[in-house]
Amino acid sequence: MKTTDPLDTAGALPRALPTGALDLEKLNEKTGAAIPPPSLTPLERLKRLASSSSLTAIVVVIALIWLTPTFGIFITSFRPPSDIQASGWWMAFAPPWHFTVSNYVEVINAQGLGKAFINSLIIAIPGTILPTLVAAFAAYAFTWMRFPGRDWLFLTIVALLVVPIQMTLIPVLNLYVSVGTATNNSIQLTGSYLGIWLAHTAYGLPFAVYLLRNFFSALPSDLIESARVDGASHVGIFTRILLPLSVPALASLIIFQFIWVWNDLLVALIYLGGNPDTSPLTVTVANLVNSFGTNQYEVLTSAAFLSMALPLVIFFSLQRYFVRGILAGSVKG
Amino acid sequence: MADVRFDHVYKRYGSNTPVITDLNLHINDHEFLVLVGPSGCGKTTALRMIAGLEEISEGNLFIGDRLVNDVAPKDRDIAMVFQNYALYPHMSVYENMAFSLQRHHVSKAEIDQRVRRAADMLGIKDYLNRKPRALSGGQRQRVALGRALVRDPKVFLLDEPLSNLDAKLRVQTRTEISRLHQQTQTTFVYVTHDQVEAMTMGDRIAVLNAGVIQQLGKPQELYERPANLFVAGFIGSPSMGFFNGSLAWSPGGDALITIGSGEAAHTLTLKGAATGQNAEQSTPNGQGVIFGVRPEDLRLASDDAENTLPGVVDVVEHLGNEQLVYLRMEGVVTLENAETKGVTARIAPDVTLRPGEQVSLAVEVAHAHVFDAKTGERIV
Repeated sequence: MKTTDPLDTAGALPRALPTGALDLEKLNEKTGAAIPPPSLTPLERLKRLASSSSLTAIVVVIALIWLTPTFGIFITSFRPPSDIQASGWWMAFAPPWHFTVSNYVEVINAQGLGKAFINSLIIAIPGTILPTLVAAFAAYAFTWMRFPGRDWLFLTIVALLVVPIQMTLIPVLNLYVSVGTATNNSIQLTGSYLGIWLAHTAYGLPFAVYLLRNFFSALPSDLIESARVDGASHVGIFTRILLPLSVPALASLIIFQFIWVWNDLLVALIYLGGNPDTSPLTVTVANLVNSFGTNQYEVLTSAAFLSMALPLVIFFSLQRYFVRGILAGSVKG
Repeated sequence: MADVRFDHVYKRYGSNTPVITDLNLHINDHEFLVLVGPSGCGKTTALRMIAGLEEISEGNLFIGDRLVNDVAPKDRDIAMVFQNYALYPHMSVYENMAFSLQRHHVSKAEIDQRVRRAADMLGIKDYLNRKPRALSGGQRQRVALGRALVRDPKVFLLDEPLSNLDAKLRVQTRTEISRLHQQTQTTFVYVTHDQVEAMTMGDRIAVLNAGVIQQLGKPQELYERPANLFVAGFIGSPSMGFFNGSLAWSPGGDALITIGSGEAAHTLTLKGAATGQNAEQSTPNGQGVIFGVRPEDLRLASDDAENTLPGVVDVVEHLGNEQLVYLRMEGVVTLENAETKGVTARIAPDVTLRPGEQVSLAVEVAHAHVFDAKTGERIV
């Protein structure tokens, strides 16, 4: 690049040269710009630093520090209660080794965590699928359909991102109650799964629409237009073209939404009302903390680790869908 | 198979000046029509209006006998090849080509038969199971053509399909598209900014500039009798050379063009130029004109020959069968849209010319072009 001969380039384009001087000047300009400046800019120095091994070492150390407490909980949850009382979790590696799964058996059966786990699934699965689906439809319309007020509506939805959840709790609960009264309790939204599904859908939508709309609008418009000319309806374009191409965005959205619903305590407590039969893990674990305080670590650590397990599984199983270059070969440039 | 008719069509974005102004164009059935013009001239917009991807602000558009202003793209029975291929990246070549047939509920057996026939025509049947990313640029463009071909559409729309290919592939694919047109006998509308593509492929060419058709006609007509300065500068490679001059009429109806002034003035005589044209009435004596001459209409001559102009050799390009000589001459006008600036002459390859050499060039006045300097319209 450095030593591009301007005459070489010019030779390949004989017709570009009739008036000579002007074009050569342009070529020289281009060639000049291609020569890197002798001193490094701050950005380049930063890039060199980033690629150096010392930075890698720092990152590894930070990651280890970050992971240590989680690892401690993991080890503690497999130790017998007497050992937990006697020594710190790192002593578990010194002989004699005592590991047990009885803590897990205890929380799952006696403390009702098994039931809570199922409840969490009942809440989280529709609480993830519903907003993702609705947001995908909405994002499609915001990107590829023309209707009056489209941009304003989209802006309004994005603006909802700044509304704190706490502000909505009482009005929404009021609404739920009045829906119940108006329908003679045939539609029961308070204390029911339906109510919490709707709540999670509503709370998740602004971010989901925003994320997917940005992703959709980055897809080449030629692709969508080509499908329109090929005879696809909006539904056809959505299902056959857009969804398969949006797998990376959908995967990350599903991870975000699932983890947020799974870890949610506030919304569940408010709309489900703390009934142990319908409570998810978060509510049950919080109750365990209240009843066992700081004494019975074996119960708390195994409960905590149970509640952590599924998000980890989800994250690692969806990770492989973060494919780079999903659009390769579709359009040029 | 159908004709396409633009009837006083306008396209406006907001309240700005229209992108397309009063477009009237009848594209005949089975015709290969090329829309050509510089970027931003509205040619792609016109094509997208046929496809239904662009709304029509005013006027009517017919495909066959059907008014299609408000018909959705999927119901127009047209196929389009995009500049960027626009292949579906997650589908194999076969699925890409079958996509539209599936949308139109064609039976599986027939889809298979049509896809294989099209793949055969385009020489891509070995790649049917590959994804687009495993194909080269030329192969991708052929898949894009195939995707349109399987449709057997009423109208074939092509939006600069060759612009992303390298020079060699472009020439090959150009021939292939011409052959496809002969085989399918469908109406083709082809958009390009490349006048060579337009000249080589089109049955007729519509030259567009700033949303207005400058001239519509057969390639040879455009080349031999460009209607105005824009077309004259746009068509032809290297471009026509242009000179500032003034026009006078001789009593016998000859046009006398004077180029240069004072001692450097040279007068060219265009014999019988006024015949049957009424040009004499519309253009008075002394009127400023632009005189145009194509590279092949300039010949080396002795100083005392008729209708000569002096020039100085600037650059010489040898092409083997001929040489292109770029000249510095008196009174030359540079048009913005012309591919090459200045005056060029095609000279036989056996003459040796050096940069800086003084030459005398005889103008083939029978093939010369005279345009009104103010309006740019053709006079002779």
